[in-house]
Amino acid sequence: MDIFLQQLINGLVLGSIYALVALGYTMVYGILELINFAHGEVTMIGAMVALSVIGLLLGAMPELPGILVVLAGVLVAIPACMLLGYAIEKIAYRPLRKAPRLAPLITAIGVSIILQNVAMLVWGRQYVSFPRILPEGRHEIWGAHITDLQIFIVVLSLSVMASLWLLVQRTRLGRAMRATAQSKEVAALMGVNVDKVISATFLIGSAIAAIAGVMVSAYYGLAHYYMGFLLGLKAFSAAVLGGIGNIAGAMLGGMLLGMIEALGAGYIGDLTGGFLGSHYQDVFAFFVLILVLVFRPSGLLGERVASRA
Amino acid sequence: MSLLEVRGLKVSYGGIHAVRGIDFEVAEGELVCLIGANGAGKSSSLKGILGMVHASSTIHFDGARISGLPTHTIAGLGISLVPEGRGVFARLTVGENLDMGAFLRKDHPGIRADLDKVYSLFPRLAERRTQLAGTLSGGEQQMLAIGRALMSRPRLLLLDEPSMGLAPLMVRKIYETIASIAQEGATILLVEQNANLALKISQRAYVMESGMVTLSGASPDLIKDSQVRAAYLGE
Repeated sequence: MDIFLQQLINGLVLGSIYALVALGYTMVYGILELINFAHGEVTMIGAMVALSVIGLLLGAMPELPGILVVLAGVLVAIPACMLLGYAIEKIAYRPLRKAPRLAPLITAIGVSIILQNVAMLVWGRQYVSFPRILPEGRHEIWGAHITDLQIFIVVLSLSVMASLWLLVQRTRLGRAMRATAQSKEVAALMGVNVDKVISATFLIGSAIAAIAGVMVSAYYGLAHYYMGFLLGLKAFSAAVLGGIGNIAGAMLGGMLLGMIEALGAGYIGDLTGGFLGSHYQDVFAFFVLILVLVFRPSGLLGERVASRA
Repeated sequence: MSLLEVRGLKVSYGGIHAVRGIDFEVAEGELVCLIGANGAGKSSSLKGILGMVHASSTIHFDGARISGLPTHTIAGLGISLVPEGRGVFARLTVGENLDMGAFLRKDHPGIRADLDKVYSLFPRLAERRTQLAGTLSGGEQQMLAIGRALMSRPRLLLLDEPSMGLAPLMVRKIYETIASIAQEGATILLVEQNANLALKISQRAYVMESGMVTLSGASPDLIKDSQVRAAYLGE
């Protein structure tokens, strides 16, 4: 089996998920210059809600096709996450809009911890497994394998990104978002209701996070109240790699980070003579984050560099 | 009755009082200017009208009270501010900036007509419509900022230091445009440090000094006023 191609495929799948979560970080940063550390937890809640719905449906109607059951889970998770993201902004961040930047940042970490603990109370400490109800076809290309689920994740992720791109570039709301990201003051002078645009940003980012949450739990076959932490940090690293605040950058950074991680995990054993194994794969995201912060803090596509916090 | 009526406007930043209770008004079709030295409180007054700063006052626009309303609502009533330093959206194209000016409008044929009008007023903008606004020169950005404000078809146009940082030739061009906009019947409140320019173009003027209006009257009279000449016209 060709390791390189195989890891490239795995990286593409991982990257598709990272990119979706990274978009949430970058959109909020673009408008509020706030790193919304609770975003990883919103993704986790998306996975948990979807799994609860899937569990309920399987119990009530076991003969329903697996794809429909998962789809129902996603369709409930999306509005649930949107509501959560909307509430987080309104309750936790909006009152601090004019506060020094460190205050909302610490608040974001606080919200993240609260959500983890709420999830632990609701869904428990143990891993929740994703039932094997999706088609499990495997295809071989040039000696590497790709599953139906992997194809589906990549295609869905690309379509979500394309839709977001159209929304941001072509619609009135998208133009208002871009204007607000550049200057809230001047956008308001144009008649833009800045609070509404900020709410819309959280709604959109959280909807995308819900999709990513279901993807990641379906891919690994499980969900856990703590899964949002590492996923969020990696997605944040991806957003920084692409240039935080830049939407195309988050997409590129997510994809690249997935590949780096997969290839790194695939070759780290050979490179270290077997001293380090593929379970070190999490190291790569942060290695990349450090390299970017040292050598190109504005990221691959970013123009601005944050001055602090 | 005046289109804009400002009573007892006070603006403060923290403990600093930038505007200390001033009254002024602008009638429909008038070009009024607010002149004074740097730091006299002119820009703060404009920001106070639009609710962009913490202000206390009673402001009526077309008979309705607007003080206390959020900025986007006031803008929606037909007051358009061209901010100091232009405030163009640097990472949006020239065309997108102009579209932002018409953000609240739904009358597409009217928007198209106004867009053509802005492009004929500033042919330079038409040439650069797909270019990012941040790549324009200072003068072109000022044209864009004025054009963008006109795209909202404002009932009252507020201009904050349109000559600032521009080459003399460009200043003349911008002022010719302002004069022609005024000629077409627009109502304009102009804030300007360059008193000479502002007095020549306007009908009435208010002179501000340390947050207070110290003098007001018809612009032609103020040009002759020895006090103004001494303080602001460099004589």
